[in-house]
Amino acid sequence: MELHILLIFMIFAAIIAIEIKDLFSSVIAVGAVGFALSLAFLILKSPDLAITQLVVELLCLIILIRATIRKDLPLVIEGRWVFNTVSTLVFVAVFLFFCFTALKDLPAFGDPIMNVVKKYLEQGQAKTGAVNIVTAIILDFRAYDALGEAAVLFTAVIGIMAVLRSFAKEGGSEEDGAK
Amino acid sequence: MSVIVKAITRIIISMVLVFGIYIVAHGHVSPGGGFAGGVIIALSFVLLMLAFGKGVATSKVTRNIAANLEGVGALMFLMIALLGFLGGAFFMNILAKGTPFKLFSAGTIPLYNYVLGLKVGVGLFAIYLAFVILENTRKNK
Repeated sequence: MELHILLIFMIFAAIIAIEIKDLFSSVIAVGAVGFALSLAFLILKSPDLAITQLVVELLCLIILIRATIRKDLPLVIEGRWVFNTVSTLVFVAVFLFFCFTALKDLPAFGDPIMNVVKKYLEQGQAKTGAVNIVTAIILDFRAYDALGEAAVLFTAVIGIMAVLRSFAKEGGSEEDGAK
Repeated sequence: MSVIVKAITRIIISMVLVFGIYIVAHGHVSPGGGFAGGVIIALSFVLLMLAFGKGVATSKVTRNIAANLEGVGALMFLMIALLGFLGGAFFMNILAKGTPFKLFSAGTIPLYNYVLGLKVGVGLFAIYLAFVILENTRKNK
C-alpha cells in the first residue's frame, strides 16, 4: 500500500519536474523523486540500496543545484524577521521531535540487532548451497544489489563509448580503429 | 615493447587467463567471483595488448565483439534472474543445490558468476580499447 502511494508520488513528481518552467523547482522535484525511491527501497527490505540511493541523491541534488543556479541563493533578511524566526523555530522543533522518536528505537551501543544477519549466517549454506557465504549473500539473498552493480558498470561502459566515440569522430582520421 | 617483456608475456598470459577463469568458476566455493575474475580476464587481454601492440589483441576480440558480448552478458544475467519465476519469484534459485564444496553446486549462483565474469571482463577490455583508439586518433591529428 505504502509502495503504491510512493510510486504514484514519484510519477507525479517526475511529471512536475519535466513540465515546470523554473529550473530550480525542477531540480527540487527530481530530488523528491529520488528520496521517494530511497523510501521505496527501504519498504522493499533492501536497506543497503536505500542508504546508497539517499547519499547519491543528496550529492546529485547539490551538484544539480550548483549547476543550475549561477549565483548564491537569495537570503531574505529585511522585513519579515518575525515570520522567519518563528518558522525556523518550528522547523527545528519538528526536526528534534523526529530525531527523538527515531533515536529512542535505536539499539544500545555495542549491541546491534542481528535479525537478518543471523539468518544469513545460520541458514545461508543450506538455503543456497554455496559454501562462500559472501557469494551466497550477494548473488542470492541480495541479488538485486548485484543486478544494480551490473547495471552501473553497463551504463559506465555505454557512457565512455559514447563520449570517446564523439571525440574520435572529431579526429575523423580513424573511424573504427579496431579493424 | 622489448624482447624481455614479450617473452615473459608469452609464458605468463595463459596462466593469467586460466587464473581469471578459475576465480570466476570457483566464486561460490572460494573467495572471488564474477567481478574479480572478470577483471583478471580483462587484464590478460590488456597485457597482450601492451606487449604485442594493438593488432594482436584486437585480432582476437574486436571492439564490436566486445561491445556486443557486454550487452549479451547483461541480458543473460537478467534472463537467469527471470528464470526464477519458474520457481515463483524473481532471482529464485531454481536449480538443484548439489553437494557443498563441489564445483557444480549452489544452483544458479555459478551461472550468475560466469555471466558477470563475461560481462565485467569484456566491458573493461572495451573501455581500454576505446581509450587506446582515442590516443591513436589524437596522435594522428
